[in-house]
Amino acid sequence: MAEPSSYSKKIIINPVTRIEGHASITIDLGRDGKVADAHFHVNEFRGFEKFCEGRPFTEMPSIAPRICGICPVSHAVASVKACEDIMRLIPPPAATLLRRVMHLGQMVSSHALSFFHLSSPDFLLGFDSDPAKRNIIGLAEKFPDLAKRGIRLRKFGRECSERIAGKNIHSVGITPGGMNLGLSEENRKALLAWIPESIETVRIGLDIFKRYRQKHMVEVDSFANFETLYLGTVGPQGELELYDGKLRFINEKGEILNDQIDPRQYLEFIAERSLAFSYLKSPYYKPLGFPKGMYRVGPLARLNVASSISTPLAQKEFTEYRQIGGKKPLHGTFYYHYARLIEALYAVEEMKNTLENPRVTSSEILACAKRNQAEGIGCSEAPRGTLFHHYVTDENGILTKVNLLIATGQNNAGMNRSILEVAKKQVDGPNVKEGALNRVEAAIRCYDPCLSCSTHAIGAMPLVIEIRDADQRTVRVIQRAK
Amino acid sequence: MNASFTITIDNQSVEATPGESLLEVCRKANIPLPVMCDFKGLSPVGACRLCLVEIEGVPKLLPACTTLVAPNQAVHTQSDKLRKYRRMIIELIFSERNHICAICVANNNCELQKMAYELGMDHVRFPYLTPVCEVDASHEKYVMDHNRCILCTRCVRVCSEIEGAMTRDVMGRGFDARIITEFKQPWGDSTGCTSCGKCVQVCPTGALTPNDAAQGRLKKNPELVALLIEKREAKP
Repeated sequence: MAEPSSYSKKIIINPVTRIEGHASITIDLGRDGKVADAHFHVNEFRGFEKFCEGRPFTEMPSIAPRICGICPVSHAVASVKACEDIMRLIPPPAATLLRRVMHLGQMVSSHALSFFHLSSPDFLLGFDSDPAKRNIIGLAEKFPDLAKRGIRLRKFGRECSERIAGKNIHSVGITPGGMNLGLSEENRKALLAWIPESIETVRIGLDIFKRYRQKHMVEVDSFANFETLYLGTVGPQGELELYDGKLRFINEKGEILNDQIDPRQYLEFIAERSLAFSYLKSPYYKPLGFPKGMYRVGPLARLNVASSISTPLAQKEFTEYRQIGGKKPLHGTFYYHYARLIEALYAVEEMKNTLENPRVTSSEILACAKRNQAEGIGCSEAPRGTLFHHYVTDENGILTKVNLLIATGQNNAGMNRSILEVAKKQVDGPNVKEGALNRVEAAIRCYDPCLSCSTHAIGAMPLVIEIRDADQRTVRVIQRAK
Repeated sequence: MNASFTITIDNQSVEATPGESLLEVCRKANIPLPVMCDFKGLSPVGACRLCLVEIEGVPKLLPACTTLVAPNQAVHTQSDKLRKYRRMIIELIFSERNHICAICVANNNCELQKMAYELGMDHVRFPYLTPVCEVDASHEKYVMDHNRCILCTRCVRVCSEIEGAMTRDVMGRGFDARIITEFKQPWGDSTGCTSCGKCVQVCPTGALTPNDAAQGRLKKNPELVALLIEKREAKP
């Protein structure tokens, strides 16, 4: 009798490189040697939801941004909104404008990091190029001007926080009730001066993506292309809105399932389930249950749910983007990159509009109130998708429950599905080429996952691809040199 | 009338009066000493041990705040040994409870944090004890977070010696010692507290704060209490 397990292998990619945080991938091979299943494991656990219990709710806007150094502003915004819900308070308009600028700035810097630093090496140097050089350093050697532009775009985003709140990361500017610090005229002008260069850089990024797509049309269109639902926030007319939108769910055909939902009602539409193989929970659209209710968030989802974009240059790109799918949403995971760049363009344009609003330099930036109700929910779009903070307090304002629903968590089911789709195409038996593994990783990287956030995670763990046979025995482990 | 005499501090002759503490004499002579528990106008307790000095002929280090001057004393306030001990003391204070400056409401507005910088503390060599401490937010205006308390007892003394309410005390010993309100009841249930807020103003850390103070918005004014004490003591 033949050895059945000799063909039943499991491939594990560990660590997945060029993502924020640490994870590993397991590829299970069936007895026929073909890919049977694939799992994305998040190995970190941080426990923010638990250790914040017992703290005064007003501390959350300082604690929550510590979850992530890439998107601290989104956490601060969702957190202050939850606090302001508890206080039943509306911040002054100038404070909202300043928060918007910081929030858009963070979107630009995070998207610049994702595209120029983490993903563009694949586009420009090639998926099959030398892995030692397939990174921002290799990019800087070959395309120094472009790498510099990418770094500067990220710097611009960071500078928004620095010029408004005094620090480019973890500032104390955003506070329940408004802002602690205002924007000076000098800083307003300095930020506006960045706009033309930033628009230019994003457009160069868009050109890179479009050229790549033209050259590799089949791969781009078919790369982890599968149907899911989508969630994103939109403005009153259905336009893309990142700071203060209402929830919109669409189905795989692009039909609106729910629209203009107050984020405070999120629990009516979203439920979470735990997975045995990951610390990352897997939320789903409650009315359809799991797995039918699998939905995705983030740039692809936001541009799939939005009806329009309010700024002219981004709207032009959006129209072109929408033509690809016709009336249907774009399901191809590779289009996350495209959507990300269009969003970055919108963010820069919208930042210009906001900074040109004369109220932005007003000194009336703080309103005061105390706890007026036990529970508060805050929501904002983080670079990787819709973010919810939900706090429950006792009569003294001490937190008794904290629920953080993070974008990457909501993409968990999508990421698992994506690597399965890619692995099926790229992996054939245990003998896998390095470039194929990079494509599996690239499927994850499309989501730009920030795993330390989504798992509320601690520690540093490198990424590995592990190949397991049908009897769950590891037959090959691929770990890249550090 | 007590006759003054001369002592030497860091090889410098300084005039002292019987009954004065070494800390008071140092202050008059503009000789800096690190202090956390001491607050001008409140009785000294020697709780923090940061103002340790060396006295020639005395084998152990003594806190300047509770050591009285004596004729012919030769005192040293700066030495490698003292710096080593002060650094160790500040690290021990940090390791005892949960002093996480980055997320503390008193960040950049904290005497403990300032002192750690001054003493060159760049890390803590001792294991953090990370005790589970209560946050008492029952008071209408103020919060007491025991995680950030260093047991300097300024709050106990200002309440008793200046406000006269005697609402606060210390209960338990060593690691278990806690500042309590009256008979260890929630602050909000206290009948003796006048809500004057002096304890909040003199608290050197984020342990006592107004309950609406978010990070970056905390304003403490210990000078106001010091001025109040000075005015009370002023003779017409």
